[in-house]
Amino acid sequence: MSLRHRWLRLGLAAGALFALAACASHPQWQLDDVQGHLPDLKFQMTNDLGQPVTAATYRGKVTLLYFGYTHCPDVCPLTLVHLHTVLQKMGKAADDVRILFVTVDPTRDTVPVLHQYVTAFDPRVVGLRSTSDEIAQLAKRYRVFYKPAPAEASSSGGYEVTHSSAIYIFDREGHARLLATPGSSNDEILHDLNLLVGQQS
Amino acid sequence: MNFRSLIGAAMLALSATALAAAPASPDAQVEHAWIRWLPANLPAAGYAVIRNVGDEPLRLTGARSPDYGMVMLHHSRLAHGDSTMEMIDHLDIPPHGSATLAPGGYHLMLSQQTHAIKPGDHVKIVFEFADGAELQTDFSVRPANASGPTD
Repeated sequence: MSLRHRWLRLGLAAGALFALAACASHPQWQLDDVQGHLPDLKFQMTNDLGQPVTAATYRGKVTLLYFGYTHCPDVCPLTLVHLHTVLQKMGKAADDVRILFVTVDPTRDTVPVLHQYVTAFDPRVVGLRSTSDEIAQLAKRYRVFYKPAPAEASSSGGYEVTHSSAIYIFDREGHARLLATPGSSNDEILHDLNLLVGQQS
Repeated sequence: MNFRSLIGAAMLALSATALAAAPASPDAQVEHAWIRWLPANLPAAGYAVIRNVGDEPLRLTGARSPDYGMVMLHHSRLAHGDSTMEMIDHLDIPPHGSATLAPGGYHLMLSQQTHAIKPGDHVKIVFEFADGAELQTDFSVRPANASGPTD
């Protein structure tokens, strides 16, 4: 073998190794990669069974953080159904995933209402509530904007509710990793969740 | 006039009013009508495809139901990662066109249910149009995590 060929072989081998290493450390995410750009998961709240929980409760699980409220008959269910469909497709691996549905309307979303609402979608959805201040703090941490409906809204008619519809995805260690939106396809979320669940921390 | 004839006259007047007020049917058809059921008497959303099969534009101005105290026409919009839900007062359907009420867009918001409603039930909804025409429809109630009218 000529020297030139030997160098070529070495180059190819090195290239392949490099590509492998790149694959291992930087998977081809299909959602927005936010690693290093958003803070770790951190909160102190009450779950939909009335138990106190923190981010540490979900250490070891891949978590999807979503802000919503139960008097949201269209967009919140649409998002939860998307995620339910993805978890169904994941099969057994979805046991390592939890969807954290944080209510931005704690006045109306009591523990029992929240529990009935989240369990109607998927057993892996956890409803979380806290004081308005604590929810505002968590929302601020992830730059989530929301304006809950006033209590008298449903009787007065014309009202507008705005809330951020992003889904924040954290790895088993609670590090922010990916950002999905309702525009993200089920396949994109499925692809990335499978990758993230497969990553051992 | 005795009491009995008074009632008889009242009933006659009522039925005459009912006859006179019987609304016309629009040149429209409704397909894929379903409601995403939610627990705890929470407001639910209704979805359907409304086809205008006539030669004139139709303007949907509202809806009502014997099963819900309040039915409103709503629109969700997703923009820049924020979603907004607002009430709208009409929805135009062009001749031989259709309006789609679907998750994440136009929908009926149904609240104050008048009796217990559960997945598997059927709910009557009357669509009201600007020209006074009305369309009686039947919506099937689906579980919270349904993706559509039949899945």
